[in-house]
Amino acid sequence: MAILLVAEHDNATVSDQTAKALSAALAIGSDVHVLVAGKGAQGAADGASKLQGVTKVLLAEADELAERLAEPVAALIVSIAGGYDTILAPATTMGKNVMPRVAALLDVMQVSDVIEVVSADTFKRPIYAGNAIQTVQATDAKKVITVRTATFQAAGEGGSASIETVDAAANPNLSTFVENRIAANDRPELTSARIIISGGRALGSSEKFQEVITPVADKLGAAIGASRAAVDAGYAPNDWQVGQTGKVVAPELYIAVGISGAIQHLAGMKDSKVIVAINKDEEAPIFQVADYGLVGDLFAILPELEKAL
Amino acid sequence: MKVLVPVKRVVDYNVKIRVKTDGSGVELANVKMSMNPFDEIAVEEAIRLREAGKVTEIIAVSVGPQQAQETIRTALAMGADRGILIKVDELVEPLSVAKLLRGVVESEGIELVILGKQAIDDDANQTGQMLSALLGWSQGTFASKLEIDGATARITREIDGGLQVLDLKMPAIVTTDLRLNQPRYASLPNIMKAKKKPLDEKSPADYGVEINARLKVLKTEEPGGRKAGVKVKSVTELVDKLKNEAGVL
Repeated sequence: MAILLVAEHDNATVSDQTAKALSAALAIGSDVHVLVAGKGAQGAADGASKLQGVTKVLLAEADELAERLAEPVAALIVSIAGGYDTILAPATTMGKNVMPRVAALLDVMQVSDVIEVVSADTFKRPIYAGNAIQTVQATDAKKVITVRTATFQAAGEGGSASIETVDAAANPNLSTFVENRIAANDRPELTSARIIISGGRALGSSEKFQEVITPVADKLGAAIGASRAAVDAGYAPNDWQVGQTGKVVAPELYIAVGISGAIQHLAGMKDSKVIVAINKDEEAPIFQVADYGLVGDLFAILPELEKAL
Repeated sequence: MKVLVPVKRVVDYNVKIRVKTDGSGVELANVKMSMNPFDEIAVEEAIRLREAGKVTEIIAVSVGPQQAQETIRTALAMGADRGILIKVDELVEPLSVAKLLRGVVESEGIELVILGKQAIDDDANQTGQMLSALLGWSQGTFASKLEIDGATARITREIDGGLQVLDLKMPAIVTTDLRLNQPRYASLPNIMKAKKKPLDEKSPADYGVEINARLKVLKTEEPGGRKAGVKVKSVTELVDKLKNEAGVL
């Protein structure tokens, strides 16, 4: 039977996370339908139809789907779930919000944060902040899965799947969207960036964070991340947090600046291809996972690095 | 309004866990256990709502072995009014926990449930959403701010691009993110007082729930390790290595 992939998108375009989750879907089976739930989302549906391996795109549009609120999106997925034996979504905040609701409505135990598809019913997933990897077999007839996208390659483009319109389910009317507060910037997204530079508490203030990290990020065309300590201290916004409970990233180059390397942070970045650590404490645990370590004062090193690039 | 706060007993977040060599799981014997940090935030939020006069009673519930009582006592020492232990010795999956919590919500007349967004042992991030689905209630996950005004809860959520504000129709389920509040420490007098607060013991059968695992754990293993690399002496050497050795610049 077919597989349903719930798309991460912003109505205009389909996100890279969807293309990565598609690779996981294709490792489970070959007939993958993508659900685009939104409002004015033809652009995202067109984007999804071009992804290599998608056999059909389902487009559902309604006011309450515009921001993909959990209750109406889950109701929609459940209304079409009969035709699918696997339903999956990237483990973005959307996927994490919606999918367990779908699973409970279907009386299915969800498999969260899959990092490897072993077979159609068996998956690997991290537990304890990635300090152990569990292999689990899902025994429910239907599988509901979220995919940790950092470990999957994005599926390519070149497909031309048909787009079919489906009706939204009756709106449960339980919650109302008020507003999004999303900082606009021109940087690449953390979860798809090729290079990330992250700052920790050692930066000392939000001004210093900007002053020291931003010029290097600009030079490298890098996304900016932060440790939990830096976010808690107000040096960086919450959506920059990399770690167990923030974003999990795997760029080609990860530069950790003034980050000691708590296990919760390592959980979010240790799959990066190359890790650079800059820290004045040579005993900092971050050096145990870094390919290249530089011990010293970050306030001297970063301006020098910016010039050297 | 009565609030329910589920609390989970997990390996303390400072403990570096060890995987058993036979692949059967994670070593839990003689390991320090604590309340899941996100659940502490949930308890704190409930107490603040009571202090603000929005909440009349806070019930802390835990699903787990006899020792989970200690976790409930911690919640009572922080300020919860009474506790319920649903005693289960085996591991309980989020779906079963959600079914048990539905039973508690219905039997206790609960109007708001505040839960941690995830437990730091299984990292599943499911129970709140599942409970919300089973009850047919509104759900506000990953909260960094919560304001209750009569029949509406306004919640600010941490989402991928930043923050999202929603109005939830009460009754509601709220799951906590890190920035919601800074949980208080229990004072010694309050720890003593907590010992006298009521703590009921229940079984899954009391709520008509049968515990069965839907996921079969085949194996638990150590993640692929990462070796420490080299220390470079200067920025020039670093840039050179990144360009010529790693090839990432």
